[in-house]
Amino acid sequence: MPDPRRNISRSRGRPDEPPESVAPTGFGGAMDLAASEAETLERAPGPGRPRSLWSDAWRDLRRNPVFIVSALIILFLVAIAIWPKLIASGDPLACDITKSQDGAAPGHPFGFDTQGCDVYTRTVYGARASVTVGVCATAGAALLGSVLGGLAGFFGGWWDALLSRISDVFFGIPIILGGLVFLSVVTNTTVWPVIGFIVLLGWPQIGRIARGAVITAKQNDYVQAARALGASGPRILLRHIAPNAVAPVIVVATIALGSYIALEATLSFLGVGLRPPTVSWGIDISSASIQIRNAPHMLLWPAGALSVTVLAFIMLGEAVRDALDPRLR
Amino acid sequence: MTSSPTALLDVRDLHVAFRTREGVAKAVNGVSYSVNAGETLAVLGESGSGKSVTAQAITGILDTPPGFISKGEILFKGTDLLRMSGGERRKVRGAQMAMIFQDALSALNPVLNVGDQLGEMFVVHRGMSHKDARAKAVELMDRVRIPAARERVGQYPHQFSGGMRQRIMIAMAIALEPELIIADEPTTALDVTVQAQVMELLAELRRELGMGLILITHDLGVVADVADKIAVMYAGRIVETAPVHEIYRSPAHPYTKGLLESIPRLDQKGRQLYAIKGLPPSLLRIPPGCAFHPRCPLARQVCRTDEPPLYEVGPGRRSACHFWKECLVERTDSSGA
Amino acid sequence: MSEPILQVRDLVKHFPLTQGILFKRQIGAVKAVDGVSFDLHKGETLGIVGESGCGKSTVARLLMNLERATSGQVLYKGQDITRLRGRALKAVRRNIQMVFQDPYTSLNPRMTVGDIVGEPFDIHPEVAPRGDRRRRVQELLDVVGLNPEYINRYPHQFSGGQRQRIGIARGLALRPEVIVADEPVSALDVSIQAQVINLMARLQDEFDLSYIFIAHDLSIVRHISDRVAVMYLGKFMELGDEDQIYEHSTHPYTQALLSAVPVPDPAGREQRKRIILHGDVPSPAAPPSGCVFRTRCWKAQERCAREVPLLAVPEAFRGTHGPAAHPSACLFAEELKG
Repeated sequence: MPDPRRNISRSRGRPDEPPESVAPTGFGGAMDLAASEAETLERAPGPGRPRSLWSDAWRDLRRNPVFIVSALIILFLVAIAIWPKLIASGDPLACDITKSQDGAAPGHPFGFDTQGCDVYTRTVYGARASVTVGVCATAGAALLGSVLGGLAGFFGGWWDALLSRISDVFFGIPIILGGLVFLSVVTNTTVWPVIGFIVLLGWPQIGRIARGAVITAKQNDYVQAARALGASGPRILLRHIAPNAVAPVIVVATIALGSYIALEATLSFLGVGLRPPTVSWGIDISSASIQIRNAPHMLLWPAGALSVTVLAFIMLGEAVRDALDPRLR
Repeated sequence: MTSSPTALLDVRDLHVAFRTREGVAKAVNGVSYSVNAGETLAVLGESGSGKSVTAQAITGILDTPPGFISKGEILFKGTDLLRMSGGERRKVRGAQMAMIFQDALSALNPVLNVGDQLGEMFVVHRGMSHKDARAKAVELMDRVRIPAARERVGQYPHQFSGGMRQRIMIAMAIALEPELIIADEPTTALDVTVQAQVMELLAELRRELGMGLILITHDLGVVADVADKIAVMYAGRIVETAPVHEIYRSPAHPYTKGLLESIPRLDQKGRQLYAIKGLPPSLLRIPPGCAFHPRCPLARQVCRTDEPPLYEVGPGRRSACHFWKECLVERTDSSGA
Repeated sequence: MSEPILQVRDLVKHFPLTQGILFKRQIGAVKAVDGVSFDLHKGETLGIVGESGCGKSTVARLLMNLERATSGQVLYKGQDITRLRGRALKAVRRNIQMVFQDPYTSLNPRMTVGDIVGEPFDIHPEVAPRGDRRRRVQELLDVVGLNPEYINRYPHQFSGGQRQRIGIARGLALRPEVIVADEPVSALDVSIQAQVINLMARLQDEFDLSYIFIAHDLSIVRHISDRVAVMYLGKFMELGDEDQIYEHSTHPYTQALLSAVPVPDPAGREQRKRIILHGDVPSPAAPPSGCVFRTRCWKAQERCAREVPLLAVPEAFRGTHGPAAHPSACLFAEELKG
């Protein structure tokens, strides 16, 4: 229910609001532009060409080392996912059982796994499945979740109630049991059923975040101001609400990416995810984890690759989120 | 400000700063004031003037980090609070010195009923049993004139109106009969009719209990109603201190004067308001010399270079303006015309 | 006096109170605005004062069509705008604009000042040709006293007062005839308030604007308004020109409100008499019968619970021409003595 009291009580609280208690950006409010003219002008040049949030964000990102490092790692991962031969000359399926669990040897820097396959080659080839599952599942879940959650938050009413109940149903499905049932009826051995399953169970989490973020953004006066100007629904949603609601979605999505790659590994371990001869980090981690005492190197390399990947995406997400917030510039 | 040896609270040359991402923000820069028992001191200032930070430093609720007290003394009945241990300080806080906040709803715990919150003071500080504490809570609620106290003692903060919640805050503050109350914008969030009720209550309790009261506010109207003396703050410094009647009649600092002239008055109608030009400075870059000089109509060269000391203007009156004499003269002229 | 530009007739807004999750049923209503009528003339400022929860902000939102009225009319030059939709509504919006109270939430933090002030032109492209917009935005910034070079900055780089100027520039962009200002200065510091008030007064003369000025601060309302309406629990209690309300009020609520305002002058404070109202404002979901103010009124009698006083010139003053003869919704309206 719209509370007619909300506005006033908040405004009364304002006259001495806390520029006094210093939040990191708190002084922005009390900042004297006249006094800091020189300094601010340097950061925000005068009326050259018109600028927008996106162009400013891009300018900001190009100078952010966190963004550059994470983007390079991700580019590298994508490259080897597409052309593993760039850095690995061997065949991930050519194994020599006599070298089972052997350590590093010349030409085989990461050693051998139980089947006697080269761990280095398998780690490189595993990037394709893992990165595909991680990126596609995250993109799918984020897209579906933010569209459905965002619309639920924006329109509210019965549409919101309906979508919220549907997402509750998906929340209620135990993920492992659901995977066993859903994926065991699918005979396809590609990555797509796994991605589809993860998207199906993953979107409600992101949808819920997106819904909350949209509701928060919707309550701001600038949305009312746009309505008062006669702005259309899509314009309000795209120009005013989406940019202000995107930050939490990015954070949750990048964290989810790591857990989706791990989920693929779990499903593969249970025999319903990817199946050999497909090569994936998940499969290798699963099979190596039972041998961790005998041959830790088998676990170390694919797990390390997974960690670096997840870290790179989280760093990228953070950099993008910060770049989209002008207050942090 | 002159500090008699008997002052209840004596703040001397206090400096507080905050580390921020953009540098060190100097929130309080050499503030001195004192309050005697039974006296009401109003600290007047706008956002960022340092009035609330000073209060936080006195009560010891300053967030450190990012804030830190770089210099100064806070003498409470002759003992420097800043040299006390955490435990000693906690004993002083609550029992001898209490604080009232602007936003009563966020200052009260939403999941405890008001009886428990009021009673807690007695359980913690006086070691009372819960039953006795409850009885004390009802007594306090009666005292701050909350109707039907016995029935309402079990209710939760959200079940009270804004004015009633502020009364509960006041009840908590006076529970242990402190000697000093610091009220930070106690009525800013309230409607005028409720504001009047709460201010009246506060003034009455102060008289009854003989407490010292520091009233921190931006509202010149509230100050005029209850204060004995005033300290006006700007950019972390005190620019003028004076007994209440004199400051309204003849301000000795151009900032005070500007403030008084810029408020629309209920008993006046006019189109053009006097407006102080410009904006308050950023605490990261306080102008050299007199901090007010970029906005001051009297400013000349000396104001840009020399920081004015607090000149003695009259008995109990001080002004941090090189040209306080001109300021005084001008106001008398305009009111006489 | 000129033709009214805005005529408000019996405006009502009830927010339904509902229960249930998927299937909601109504269990009551918050009577935020309950039968408000007034006229606004060209070039005039009508002040609406009241305490929090009295419904004054809802009136603003109804005038702006941000809420749909439960019943009643808002006539803009004779046309009822409360039922308009789509293109017709968009056309009317060009003429009625709003300034919001909170300069911190009324500007999109992720848009540059140029985009914020230029947005009206994006929405109403017929007002300014594309190539001309940037210049128009810079002109607007100049008009409200901001450096036009600031066009590429973001709202957080400005102080509260400057942000409010940006909000005013946005409101002016379409050259509206009416501006509804909802507590435009209550979030600002004293020294900045005066700057913004002076700016609004100057713009009114410059652009021949009519203002609805909503505030809780009676001193500011007196300063800027030609006529003043006092609101309580969704109804107008009293309506008159600035002198009639502030010097010759006849409604007890107005009188109490006026006496509660602290006067910034300590001289004679011991002698000052105050009407202290007791109790709190009743819930607008269950307003008292008869006169809504009777539960806090010292004059209330049994009749007040039965009869709803109408906003009209009280009988005692009918036919007289003194300043006390103005609409006041009280059965026992009289000027305060002494």
